[in-house]
Amino acid sequence: MKKWSQNLAGYFEQRLKLSGLASFARKKTVPEHGYSFWYFFGGICLFLFILQVVTGIFLLLYYKPSAEGAHESILFIMSHVKFGWLIRSVHSWSANLLMGIIFIHMFSTFFLKAYRKPRELTWVSGFFLLVLFMAFGFSGYLLPWNELSYFATKVGTDIVGSLPLIGKALKTFVLGGQEVSPATLSRFFWFHIAALPALTVLILGLHIWLVQVLGMSVPGRVKPETVREMPFFPNFLLKDALGWILVLVLVGVLCVFFPWETGAKADPLASAPVGIKPEWYFTFMFTTLKLIPPHIFFISGEVLGIMAFLMGGLFWLLVPYLDRKANRGKSSPVFTGIGVVVLLYIMVMTAVTYLLPRL
Amino acid sequence: MNRRSFVNVLLGGTLLGAAASLLYPVIRYLLPPRQAEATANEVTAAKTGELAPNTAKIFKFGSSPAILVNTAQGELRAFAATCTHLSCTVFYEASTESLFCPCHNGRFDLAGHVLGGPPPAPLETYEVAVVGQDIVVSKRA
Amino acid sequence: MIRLKRWTGSALLAFSLACLPLGLLAQKNTCLECHNELEDSLQAPAKGFAQDIHQKYGLTCTACHGGDAKQEDMDLAKGRTFRGVPARKNIPELCGGCHGNAASMRAFNPSLRVDQLELYGTSRHGQLLKKGDTKVAVCTDCHGVHGILPSNVPKSLTFPWNIPETCGRCHADRATMKAYSIPADQLAEYKKSVHARALFEKKDLTAPTCNDCHGNHGATPPQVASIAYVCRQCHSATAELFSRSPHRPAFDQAELHECEACHGKHKILPATDEMLGTGPGSVCLQCHEAGSKPYKVASGMRAALDEFLRRRDLAETLLDTAERQGVEVSEAKFKLKEAETALIMLRNLTHSLSLEEVKAKAAEGEKDLAQVTASGEAALKEGKSRRVGLVITTGFLFLLAIALFFKIRQIQKKQLL
Repeated sequence: MKKWSQNLAGYFEQRLKLSGLASFARKKTVPEHGYSFWYFFGGICLFLFILQVVTGIFLLLYYKPSAEGAHESILFIMSHVKFGWLIRSVHSWSANLLMGIIFIHMFSTFFLKAYRKPRELTWVSGFFLLVLFMAFGFSGYLLPWNELSYFATKVGTDIVGSLPLIGKALKTFVLGGQEVSPATLSRFFWFHIAALPALTVLILGLHIWLVQVLGMSVPGRVKPETVREMPFFPNFLLKDALGWILVLVLVGVLCVFFPWETGAKADPLASAPVGIKPEWYFTFMFTTLKLIPPHIFFISGEVLGIMAFLMGGLFWLLVPYLDRKANRGKSSPVFTGIGVVVLLYIMVMTAVTYLLPRL
Repeated sequence: MNRRSFVNVLLGGTLLGAAASLLYPVIRYLLPPRQAEATANEVTAAKTGELAPNTAKIFKFGSSPAILVNTAQGELRAFAATCTHLSCTVFYEASTESLFCPCHNGRFDLAGHVLGGPPPAPLETYEVAVVGQDIVVSKRA
Repeated sequence: MIRLKRWTGSALLAFSLACLPLGLLAQKNTCLECHNELEDSLQAPAKGFAQDIHQKYGLTCTACHGGDAKQEDMDLAKGRTFRGVPARKNIPELCGGCHGNAASMRAFNPSLRVDQLELYGTSRHGQLLKKGDTKVAVCTDCHGVHGILPSNVPKSLTFPWNIPETCGRCHADRATMKAYSIPADQLAEYKKSVHARALFEKKDLTAPTCNDCHGNHGATPPQVASIAYVCRQCHSATAELFSRSPHRPAFDQAELHECEACHGKHKILPATDEMLGTGPGSVCLQCHEAGSKPYKVASGMRAALDEFLRRRDLAETLLDTAERQGVEVSEAKFKLKEAETALIMLRNLTHSLSLEEVKAKAAEGEKDLAQVTASGEAALKEGKSRRVGLVITTGFLFLLAIALFFKIRQIQKKQLL
């Protein structure tokens, strides 16, 4: 038995020269301590992303990316293709779960200050991944071409259009025209299956490379004596796999008991449904903009709100370079406090969207 | 069997079972479904020879009813079958060679125009093409 | 080139200015000028006339009242031809002088009918007026007098949804109607009807209003024998069934008012299934005794209808349950809509009083329902198999997770050694 596997390994080593990688993997360790539970969330993000790519590729087999065919093809997948309902519901549910896990991953790395030197680029690439996945969610939401997605896209791109200076041009680029139209569907489809995946592969590749090469960050408050090192292979990987299997079970249960609905076909001539809003992970921004008074000191409230979010995003991106105390190894309660405020704000604003829909 | 190999067997067995139960739906999904892809703009309403002259058939077009008429002269015509008055479904009246709505007496000719009764607008007409054995109805461009 | 004298331009200008008053004189209407300065009831005609359709055709006060509209002085304006306010009994002839004359109407609007005066003469209003009763409706009571609008303009007194109120001004007034021994509840009854709902709420202008059943100018209550023909204008399928059923000769003999006997005349409500059969609310029991043949037919038809409805509800419940479980049933729901059409036709068919025909139609519809039910049951099965599939897969995955857990523990133990 042993000789057979050794022969096979030798065959591939001669042709793929992976022994360096293999020895790196064998020697690699992952720190284990009170907070190491949070390490798994990055891997779950990766698992859900892979699930998205796989189910997305399957959906591509039957989906028709045109205004005449999109909605009907979804209906066809849900009712006539064997297990089409499952593939499509997995894709929709995983998308939402992924956004949630991304937030958990982002906040856990923030509070545990994993962005400290030398992991600044990991944080920066992570920020861009957040933006890319939100773009994935926004573009994918339009593809079924139903009432909700049509108007949610309209509302979302209207906000883009109100940016000062570049707003109109950016909105026209995003929409492929002046308003949401069949051209927008083609464009969003292109974003969703070509442009965004290409960018994501590059940045995700960098992100994972950095994580592998730099290893896991140990939070400052953990005493070094209490840290045990567990081998990456097979221990950490098997634990990772365990987590992935449980997530898969969750997705399955959600899909069977709450399959994704197809909705009514988009009718551009109809008026927007009451209470139209974007996907839940955008609602904290959406509700903020709704609550801002129309004018603050002669500046449009909406523009002020958008600029505030852009500034906030810039701040968030540059946290590794701004949090000097953490870089010096000291505790930085100010930044922890900022993180708590941001997290609470997002949670409260999201909740308000659904608890007070008539705002 | 000792503890160690039991765990390995359990692992291998459940891995196989899980893989099979995940692979089964994927393979069924990839195999083409029996019913051809239905588009919003085109549907096979009937087979040639299915309708005798001066008869008609209701079929589903998108999510609304449509009617395929084989006129007394043997010509195939297709219309939206939802009456433009209060949305009852019209039917073909062979004796008058017109489309009649039983609800309030609306009547349409075989070009979809309103001949009488309350309907305010004509019936939408569709293109009919015979492709082999199939009568294919599609929306006008 | 003609050599023009230097004063030519100014002469032309002076001439044009002199002509201006002549132009104004051509449009001069002293009646309106004077009456617009007055108040209340003397001003109202002038104000109203601005919207009047006759004004748009170039007709003025003098066309109906006589006089000379160019004279400033009141006596000269009246002159010898001034007729003053026309007497009520003369109004139809006054309006009919133009509106009943094909030659004069052709000059203004060739598409207008010219038989209104003739029809009016045949109506109850016209006949009573001939006998000297001036309290009945004349042209101006329905069309207005100084602000007459064409009937296809929403503000017109004779626009479809204004007609009930226009007729109701007299016919809903108890004091006025008492003199003629006519009830005054028709408007109130009509307002509760399904026709009124269609007209006022759904804004369906094809819905019947007073004139559609009673006629316009020749308004008369429909004769007993002709009520079915009146309703037939829209409900022809039903009327035809009624006409060839045993009810037709029976009703005529009993001098029953056809459709009205079961459906009412002004307060026509949507027909319910309770009206059919032998239960409370049944109209059949008005005439037919228990145990008689018609009684059995009524009971049989109701039973067929009830059975159809029972199957329809069953199919609908199946589809709803499957849909709640997440199974796509839109095609089956479409087929169910076809069954709804069959239901409409089935209810209609009861007017034929033929139990065989009703049963045949029900059987046809039930074929469609059977298909829907089959789809519904298949959908439920699909829903169940999804749950079964989930249990199996989840089972394997949980077992795999447990195996992994043990494996990890095993590896960890080995590493400690």
